Amino acid sequence: MSEHYDIVIVGAGPAGMAAAEAALARGARVAWLDAQATAGGQVWRKDAKYGWPHRAEHMLAHLLNHPNAMWMPQTQVIAAEPNALLLQNERQALSITYSALILATGARELLLPFPGWTLPGVTGAGGLQALAKQGWPLGGRRVVIAGSGPLLLAAAATAKRHGAHVLGIYEQASKAAVHGFARKLWRWPGKALQAAALRCQLAGIAYRYGSIVARAVGSDALQLIEVEGPHGIERIECEQLAVGYGLVPNVELAQMLGCAMKQEAAHPYVSVDDSQRTSIANVYAAGELCGIGGRDCAWLEGRIAGLAATGAGIEAPLLWQRRHVRNFAAALREHFKLDPGIHALADPDTLICRCEDVPLQALQGFDDARSAKLATRCGMGACQGRICGTALAELGRFPRSGQRPPLFPARLSTLGDVPSPSDTEGLF
Amino acid sequence: MNQVRIAINGQALDVPAGISVAAAIARLQWPFRRSPRGQARAAFCGMGVCFECRVRIDGIAQQRACMVPVREGMQVMTDE
Repeated sequence: MSEHYDIVIVGAGPAGMAAAEAALARGARVAWLDAQATAGGQVWRKDAKYGWPHRAEHMLAHLLNHPNAMWMPQTQVIAAEPNALLLQNERQALSITYSALILATGARELLLPFPGWTLPGVTGAGGLQALAKQGWPLGGRRVVIAGSGPLLLAAAATAKRHGAHVLGIYEQASKAAVHGFARKLWRWPGKALQAAALRCQLAGIAYRYGSIVARAVGSDALQLIEVEGPHGIERIECEQLAVGYGLVPNVELAQMLGCAMKQEAAHPYVSVDDSQRTSIANVYAAGELCGIGGRDCAWLEGRIAGLAATGAGIEAPLLWQRRHVRNFAAALREHFKLDPGIHALADPDTLICRCEDVPLQALQGFDDARSAKLATRCGMGACQGRICGTALAELGRFPRSGQRPPLFPARLSTLGDVPSPSDTEGLF
Repeated sequence: MNQVRIAINGQALDVPAGISVAAAIARLQWPFRRSPRGQARAAFCGMGVCFECRVRIDGIAQQRACMVPVREGMQVMTDE
């Protein structure tokens, strides 16, 4: 027997929260779920030491106590079919049905291979920020932040707040590109203020342009990195390296539902109309999975989706605000475009598939993900190609193969509830 | 901050309530697991995507340590 809800929202970041708030205000009965133990998503992740950001805390107090809202933490979607989802939490599998579904599955980091990237001590940039907020010990540790985009500043600020000795921030974009972006910031005063506040918090920490981490060195843990910059190679001893090259939309659930996709460079995103409707009836999408747009965009789109899914009209200001923040994201993409050298960092023996230890040289000669997987096991591990498949797409090798159930590794007892999958490849 | 007592590979450890199992393991600086070729691995993406931090928690294998908050009495086994 499945529980039925008017609205089911997958993802509890800004988009999911705004959607829940709008739908609840319209009197809908809402279930909202997230794989994480606490709501807030990545950008508003609860800090074990400092709690939630104020705005998120205030909103969550309202949502978590709302009588018409069913909050389902540590819950993942395993399979989807029209108007029903198969879910799994820490204890059990459960199935829920809905009148409308709002996908707010957000984004993950673009993590790209380079020699040494599998060493303990190397993490994503947003990855280190998430770990710091979970209580990862950083006190007195030497940390280098690298990769691209404004996320590096936020990651550095969080690391510093948690006691890290941040040795520097290494941005791959050139000085001209970053300054060009800064000159456009006046059009988004909120963003300009945010950037200024971050730079203040990071006073005294070196910020280098045109610099790429080419190698991480250590035996069983990180000891040293090599950074290639405008003035040659710099060797830096450190215990943590946080390197992230931007964000990639989490579209796996939308793909499984059959939603039409568009493509931004190498990565798919969900196609939606002005009301955040996908190509599938009663399925809406909001936020990063509709193309990386940032927190403010996610919030606006979540609100629009929550209103549309409950049959309300969308006020015109919401629509032009969304256009304005989407323009910000376009400016970001333009100015923080990745240097092609980053695509060539991996050596022939650098592992591409971290789950199955498949090196780059084993993938020579394959031009599609499926044949590479069958021959080398690349993408067959627990992450289901989320890391290596996305990296190979970014590197221009081949696009990621489509998603089959289960969406995440699932318990056998859960899979007993999956209605006769036609192809069981990838089940374990 | 409240403390909880957990055990990692049988070693008792007092940690602040509310931190993740990954953050607890990192206090001991152990690898989380070994890759198929025997390389040491630790938490990487921090948000449940990469599965590098998977460990055994209270007898249940393949749990992502970055997604599970510590609980009093929890038994964690890394793949060492």
